[in-house]
Amino acid sequence: MSVNVFVLLAMGGAVGFLSGMFGVGGGFLITPLLIFYNIPPAIAVATGANQVIASSFSGALVHFKRKTLDFKLGTVLLAGGIVGASFGAMVFAYLRRLGQLDLIVSLLYVVFLGVVGGLMLLESVRAISRARGGQTISLRKPGQHNWIHRLPLKMRFRASKLFVSVIPVLVLGAFIGFLASIMGVGGGFIMVPALIYLLKVPTNVVIGTSLFQIIFVAAFTTIIHSTANQTVDVVLAFLLMVGGVAGAQYGARVGQRLRGEQLRALLALLVLAVALRLAFDLFVKPASVYSLSIGGA
Amino acid sequence: MRLKRCVALAIFLASLMPLGASAQNGIPEGIQIGLSTDRVSITSDFAGAELTIFGALDNADPLISRQGRYDVVVVLEGPARPVIVRKKTRFLGMWINTQSEVFKDVPASYSMALTRAPQDITDPDGYRRLALGADNLYLQPLDADGDPKTIEEFTAALRERKEATGLYSTRVGGVRFLSQNLFRATLTLAPNVAVGTHRARAFLFRNGNFLRETSAQLTIRKAGLEQRLYEFAQQHGMIYGILAVLVAIVTGWLGRVIFRKD
Repeated sequence: MSVNVFVLLAMGGAVGFLSGMFGVGGGFLITPLLIFYNIPPAIAVATGANQVIASSFSGALVHFKRKTLDFKLGTVLLAGGIVGASFGAMVFAYLRRLGQLDLIVSLLYVVFLGVVGGLMLLESVRAISRARGGQTISLRKPGQHNWIHRLPLKMRFRASKLFVSVIPVLVLGAFIGFLASIMGVGGGFIMVPALIYLLKVPTNVVIGTSLFQIIFVAAFTTIIHSTANQTVDVVLAFLLMVGGVAGAQYGARVGQRLRGEQLRALLALLVLAVALRLAFDLFVKPASVYSLSIGGA
Repeated sequence: MRLKRCVALAIFLASLMPLGASAQNGIPEGIQIGLSTDRVSITSDFAGAELTIFGALDNADPLISRQGRYDVVVVLEGPARPVIVRKKTRFLGMWINTQSEVFKDVPASYSMALTRAPQDITDPDGYRRLALGADNLYLQPLDADGDPKTIEEFTAALRERKEATGLYSTRVGGVRFLSQNLFRATLTLAPNVAVGTHRARAFLFRNGNFLRETSAQLTIRKAGLEQRLYEFAQQHGMIYGILAVLVAIVTGWLGRVIFRKD
């Protein structure tokens, strides 16, 4: 494998800039970019997870200081996350043996990025047209409950002013953990909307809590992949981290100057572009239908 | 980055014997090759290189030398590994790996240099007997009872892929005689050359007949820190993972401290 240090630093920087600007982890961009750069998907995923730790830790520190972080909720999410990540790593190793890992990773990315990007685009376009019309709406309607709030085993989360069953929290955590270990993402792009819309967690603690649990799930994923598959490349990850951490600082400054819904529309377009590019590779006839990999008996 | 790195290997001339007509005296010709180093280190930005190997003929017949009827083929063979060849077919519009075949002990790389075009040195049978040349490597499928047609297809695909990625290469004219006895072979190291123990072999031909073979070993490894990290990751995966996490946390924290706005 032959890579260029400056390309990696720039890649980390660009993703860091975007993640700072939009307030996302950037794992969902790093892994596809590494794949586009001809890094084998197995290494791209595991190394992406390693990179996510750095950006999430950096971000969580801020929320820790501002006390916009619900430790209890984060810990319950994490418990589910560890189970999901362990299961994900097993599926990962199995798919790799089968030779279908690249396909499944690409498919998951296409589906999730497509859906999330599409929904975000719709929502932000609506918000933009609404802003033109001069109306405002609030995302959270406090009194409103749904079926999730009728489940048993309720637990109180003071920082989030929440009293819900632990079942959906554990399931959500496990689901994110599973995706984290197969896709090499932090899962913030699914976690944040799920916490807001499904569990009705107040927006101000959502990002901090999500980052908190991502640190641990990504750390766990990194260790599992390194132990089972030896697919973590710490040099590669370090270069991405350095670029990412620096880029995030500048991105955050630019982000403050842009309007929320415009920002979300931009991010949605970016997410859709990555999804399209990955889908393109799946549907277009490859240069060679044969591929080699080391291993077997 | 097109960094052509010439891994220079010095001359190793064990015996520059007086140019006697020893071959005529019944002493057979010999061939020797020498590597000044038995290790080559590659860095992460390694973009391929040329490897030079020097060698000499012993007891060469000056007449045959002058007529250029000695030929030398030098091969650098990478470590043997099992390889899975997969084939994609169209399924629901997507290109998906559907068939595969496992081969045992496939040389990771096979770089060959010759004095002349292969057909001018000896006949195809000669190459086949020596198992010389990428086309004559015996690639053994794990499942030997499979459909011969499928095996043939995947064997060809394996060779084609190895050639396309530069791992199997042939350089006509890559071996040149510097004097009557002394020759220099230039081999290609692909950017993705495998680390491990490689074997350099030199074959001597006279008038199209194979005379003698000699070999030497060469270890290709990653440079310094990268080699140590690589070995560590293979042997202590879990500790490597934990360290990778710590590196990430420290980097994230430092980023915060360095770029803090207040």
